[in-house]
Amino acid sequence: MTISTAPKPATRAGRTASALDERLTISAPLRRTLNKVFPDHWSFLLGEIALYSFIILLLTGTYLTFFFDSSMQEIIYDGSYTPLRGIEMSRAYATTLDISFDVRGGLLIRQIHHWAALLFIASIVVHLMRTFFTGAFRKPREANWLVGVGLLVLGLLEGVFGYSLTDDLLSGTGLRIINAIFLSIPVIGSWLSFAIFGGEFPGTVIIGRFYILHVLLIPGILLALIAVHLLLVVKNKHTQYPGPGRTEENVVGKRMFPVFAAKSTGFFLVVFGILAALGGLVQINPIWLYGPYDPSQVSAGSQPDWYIGFLDGSTRLFPAWDLYLFGYNIPPLFWPTIVLPGLLFTLLALYPFIEAKLTKDRAHHNLLQRPRDVPVRTAIGAMALSFYTVLWISGGNDLIADKFNISLNAMTWIGRIGLVVLPPIAYWVAYRMCLGLQIGDREVLEHGVETGIIRRLPHGEFIEIHQPLGKVDAHGHGSLQYGGAPVPKKMNHIGGMGRAIKGFFTPIEEPPARPAISAEPEKQGELTGSGRPKDPEA
Amino acid sequence: MTRVERLRKRTSSGLALGIALVAIGFGYSAVAPSSSAQDDGLSVEAMAGQEIYENGCITCHGRNLEGVEDQGPPLIGVGEASVYFQVSTGRMPLKQQEAQAQRKTPVYDDAEVNQLMAFIETYGGGPELPTEEDLRDGELAEGGELFRLNCASCHNFAGRGGALSSGKNAPALDQSSDLDIYTAMLSGPQNMPVFGDNQLTPENKRAIINYVQTLKDTSDPGGLSIGRAGPVPEGLIIWIVGIAGCVIACFWVGTRS
Repeated sequence: MTISTAPKPATRAGRTASALDERLTISAPLRRTLNKVFPDHWSFLLGEIALYSFIILLLTGTYLTFFFDSSMQEIIYDGSYTPLRGIEMSRAYATTLDISFDVRGGLLIRQIHHWAALLFIASIVVHLMRTFFTGAFRKPREANWLVGVGLLVLGLLEGVFGYSLTDDLLSGTGLRIINAIFLSIPVIGSWLSFAIFGGEFPGTVIIGRFYILHVLLIPGILLALIAVHLLLVVKNKHTQYPGPGRTEENVVGKRMFPVFAAKSTGFFLVVFGILAALGGLVQINPIWLYGPYDPSQVSAGSQPDWYIGFLDGSTRLFPAWDLYLFGYNIPPLFWPTIVLPGLLFTLLALYPFIEAKLTKDRAHHNLLQRPRDVPVRTAIGAMALSFYTVLWISGGNDLIADKFNISLNAMTWIGRIGLVVLPPIAYWVAYRMCLGLQIGDREVLEHGVETGIIRRLPHGEFIEIHQPLGKVDAHGHGSLQYGGAPVPKKMNHIGGMGRAIKGFFTPIEEPPARPAISAEPEKQGELTGSGRPKDPEA
Repeated sequence: MTRVERLRKRTSSGLALGIALVAIGFGYSAVAPSSSAQDDGLSVEAMAGQEIYENGCITCHGRNLEGVEDQGPPLIGVGEASVYFQVSTGRMPLKQQEAQAQRKTPVYDDAEVNQLMAFIETYGGGPELPTEEDLRDGELAEGGELFRLNCASCHNFAGRGGALSSGKNAPALDQSSDLDIYTAMLSGPQNMPVFGDNQLTPENKRAIINYVQTLKDTSDPGGLSIGRAGPVPEGLIIWIVGIAGCVIACFWVGTRS
């Protein structure tokens, strides 16, 4: 029996790799990973924004921990920022001021960290919308949808704990509201609040507790969930849009190495660049202007970061209804801050199962859907987005009222009425738009692409000539079936107008020579009603 | 009784009545203010002020500063601080009846404001303009603490203003001079409470002014201030710059081959 052996590597690098492989046996999985195919579509990169923001959050956050002290012990400030010198404040606030004014690069890193946090959640939301509207959550990917919703909820909590650490007037006001939300929970509210704050608000332990949640527990869970999220993408394979050669059984795209890796590295650097530019150029969370937290003070226009804004909005819009059930008071705050987000996130998490139940669709899906082809889901999404947007805008309604000279009371009522009226309108509009787009696609498949050439028939009628996409029947109607992929709508989509000249600002190639247009009028047979020449045999 | 006696008695009682009436009249005029008595005592400046008042203010504030219902409050005893704040910032005369008077280009110049102040002062004095030269002569950090305690709840942490109910607002303090802020605290215009000298001492007031004006003159170490209005503009920026930029980059990277 002969054992076939691989040829001995000749180069130094080859020998090193071979030596490593003999010990770790990684060549096969590595080859599989590097050869993994990723489908090519720009919208598949949206989730990567979140991943890269998270990496930047970990890096900048680590730097901040070198200088931040989460103690609530009161000290007298003696740093560089003159307008606060001699003021009593917690060590948490004082060290954040030091990071901003006395630590080299501290303010820049702090600002990049905060912008990255805002971008992290925003990109999760955008990624979630892509996943929702294309039906990427359908079987077999429901588990990954749940992981994603978990990441979103944990991301929100991580953000709240983060901006509560600085112990400035704004973050303290936020803590006060968090405390009020705990207190509003029936029966257990006051016990819960006392347990979390270690006694009466604000106490002396809350920032230390939030700190360890913010830097250890939640980032740890986030990291694990992100790993699961990515592994599930590998396990289930990536979805792809329908198109030529793309089926439910294959994945058409670029290999992980080198194309996809190069693109991703470049994209990471772009995201990092945008965050660094924001961190360097645009001021965020200027805690020195807020001043130290004091429960007797509050500033006008105290808002949470954008991703909690929808809960602030729901609180502003909800009427002050005090309920008494079984002798227990249920404060009005309970509904918009506990019940509403609970319902919203539960519905979001369960959506794949609800849809599968209602459509009785139990099949495996690896091909995505265009939003227009699933009008009901698209309309539900539009409805949910309009509901969310009204809540979100209402979270800043005092600023809108102030800057645009609208009465604050009017803003509240606009929000209340909008919350009820806009979602059904959004549903109807989105549904009709989907149907309209479907009709547009079918029209092209049946009659062809509009050429822009208008012709006058002998009896005086004007018609536009259409270019059919394939074979046509006796009536000039195409017989192509719709395949779920974009349908060309313009002549240059089907090469009718020649190829676009390469070059971003200026052409980098010579335009191809065009055939001279002959002066002779084109010979033209009789035209059908759709503008095509009549088949002489018909 | 002879005719002479009767006549004498009649004249003496008439005289006594006359004297008594005149005495009462004088007595009354000494106690109660009346317009005719005041007209006589007006200084030249106050008379000029009265002319301005009768042209520009009388419709809403009434003939005798008693106010007109649903149009303008009485001005008796409001003091020159109030007149200074309202007129020199252009809030008065009012452009139209609305939720609240807004700052606009003043109608009257400094001399005319002084004349109006003199005239209104004759109807019972109120808070007066400060006599100190330097209205920023106060401790900066203490001013900040007092500002956050007393002012930030309506004017925002950086004096950028905020909304109040029913179309009213606490204005941004960008254009406010030292004296504007001082007289506003003294007189409590529109919805603002009065911060009398027993609540915020003149020294406290100067400290607050010092803080407000120092903040306005301080540049933002973090870059563009985006309104110093908290997280709402920050959220706007992350969506219209951050996400938009990243999605454009997505499109650019994702459509290249």
